[in-house]
Amino acid sequence: MRISIENFTKTFGDTTVIKDMSLEIRSGEMLALLGPSGCGKSTTLFAICGIHRMNGGRLLFGDKDVTRVSSQKRNVGVVFQNYALYPHMNVFDNIAFPLKVRKETRAEIDRKVQEIANLVHIGELLHRKPAQLSGGQQQRVALARALVREPDILLLDEPLANLDAKLRLEMRSEIRRIQQQTGITAVLVTHDQVEAMSMCDRIAIMDNGKIVQLSSPKEMYEDPTSDFVAGFLGNPPIAFLEGKAAGGGFRLANSEITLPVPSGITIPDHGAAMRFGIRPEFFQPNNGLKLNGKISFVETQGREELYDVMLENGAVLRSIQSQGAGHKLGDEVSWGIAEDRILAFGPDGRRL
Amino acid sequence: MQSNFRNWPVLLVLFVFSAPLLIMLTFLLVDAFTTKVPGTMIPNGLTFHHFRFLWTDLDDGSWGIWGVTLNTFNFALFTSLSVSAISLTAGYALSRLAFPARGFFLGSLIVLHAFPTVTLIIAIFLILQLLGLYNTLIGVIVVKAALELPFGIWVMKGFYDTVPWEIEMAGVQDGASRFTVWWQLVLPQVQPGLMAILIFSFLSGWSEFILPMVLAPGTEAQVLSTYLATMLLDGGTQADFNLFKAVGLFYALPVIIIYLVFQNKLMNIYGGGTKG
Ligand SMILES: Nc1ncnc2c1ncn2[C@@H]1O[C@H](COP(=O)(O)OP(=O)(O)OP(=O)(O)O)[C@@H](O)[C@H]1O
Ligand SMILES: [Mg+2]
Repeated sequence: MRISIENFTKTFGDTTVIKDMSLEIRSGEMLALLGPSGCGKSTTLFAICGIHRMNGGRLLFGDKDVTRVSSQKRNVGVVFQNYALYPHMNVFDNIAFPLKVRKETRAEIDRKVQEIANLVHIGELLHRKPAQLSGGQQQRVALARALVREPDILLLDEPLANLDAKLRLEMRSEIRRIQQQTGITAVLVTHDQVEAMSMCDRIAIMDNGKIVQLSSPKEMYEDPTSDFVAGFLGNPPIAFLEGKAAGGGFRLANSEITLPVPSGITIPDHGAAMRFGIRPEFFQPNNGLKLNGKISFVETQGREELYDVMLENGAVLRSIQSQGAGHKLGDEVSWGIAEDRILAFGPDGRRL
Repeated sequence: MQSNFRNWPVLLVLFVFSAPLLIMLTFLLVDAFTTKVPGTMIPNGLTFHHFRFLWTDLDDGSWGIWGVTLNTFNFALFTSLSVSAISLTAGYALSRLAFPARGFFLGSLIVLHAFPTVTLIIAIFLILQLLGLYNTLIGVIVVKAALELPFGIWVMKGFYDTVPWEIEMAGVQDGASRFTVWWQLVLPQVQPGLMAILIFSFLSGWSEFILPMVLAPGTEAQVLSTYLATMLLDGGTQADFNLFKAVGLFYALPVIIIYLVFQNKLMNIYGGGTKG
């Protein structure tokens, strides 16, 4: 089911949290709402399921306007961040609750609960109480309960935030598998960029109640429209060089060094402020555009090693290299930037 | 056990101070079931004579013990039921709904809870007379319930506050009406609080003395506490103290039994809704 949010505005008292947001989620896709804490992700999600009333704008499921339809009638499944299982009911009753509310027959309920429980691999836990389950199992129960009445839309509010690293990895692919298997339209709220990139078809990055970019994970990573988006995606994060446009090149701040600006980038007027964004994988010993500096930080990440290199003007670039190169803290190095991978941003943060 | 022995000085002090109570209680028990030669302390025979009020009419103008007991039971039960029903709904409203002057209501609850109710008794007396409820059991029930409410509402609000907001939202998303959500999802989780308030206000009603005495002094609405009081007053110096003790025992018995049976549930009030 396609979801269209048109000119959505939400205020709490006199603070406007979301202003004039428009977003279209395609049928059957999984979309991530990604952004820093407090940017309005949950608010958007709660508006879609009807917990929050919209102060302005329209919401459409398919071609149907549901702006004024009550939560109960929207047929949206929600998985809350703390799972919100009903503690006094066992797993079976938890999952069966939406069906019982709809007064389905006993046999029907039994069949559907069994089926969905098998889908999320909790078939043998049906008689336990939520308190007797691990975090990951509770998570699956919550997912099963949201899915059992075959909703048109599935909303997930930071479903993995409470899990440990290993389980998170496992549930990531699990949720994606179930979403693809059921073909349901899903919205995933998260502030973890890895989660968004690995699970979703498209990502909407939000900042301060606005959507700043909406694209596929790959496109968003390689072709960000602003320095905010570039800084938000990628781990270890992108490094920025400050400077200004000078004579067709990029003059680093507090330095005599001028870097050539790659073709395809429109250079602003002479003297205008500019930033170069360079991802750690594109600052390597054998790239062309050399810069001299000193290693100021080394972090071993197992398979790879992360270096911070302080340039002569005090700016810091990051480089990620496979294990065994043997660079040490304090080493003078001359490493290069992959010229065609430079992301250049203008004074307002926009991509040039 | 080891540490208990080292605490013996404390235990001794506690024992000395509570000894008068224990001795009185012992005599209450002993005297209720025995006969004595006047002027002596040692009983000389076993008897159920003092409990004759259970099967004979004492001919003192009152209803007889069973009528009074029924009154007391009704008084305690209906007080308890109305306090629980109102606390259950009002506590939910105060915990969950954003209605006008919510802060004012919360504040007044605490003030009312701490208010010495005896000071209100003249005003209440006048109001009941105006309403024609003076000297009726219903009148006393209404007043008693009203005075117990602040405490009940406050406790229930505390229990509701511990139920996560998302559980209700999940219920609504699952297609249930707000009422179904409250009834099937929220209520089971505040049930320990409900039990505690039911028992607590029942006991409080059972032992209430001032309100029935002032607001329903007639024999129609007499309860056990006022019945006991009149026994003393009417008897004057000739009051049958053994009979008095027997009635007292009869009056205290349900309280003791309820406490013994439900003590764990009552402790819940202080646990604030956490389940053990
Ligand atoms: N009921 C409310 N009343 C007032 N302000 C609210 C309310 N709910 C949310 N807000 C405000 O709206 C803004 C967005 O909140 P929201 O919960 O959508 O953030 P979020 O993006 O989900 O953040 P997080 O990642 O921390 O969950 C925040 O500044 C928050 O303080
Ligand atoms: Mg949130």
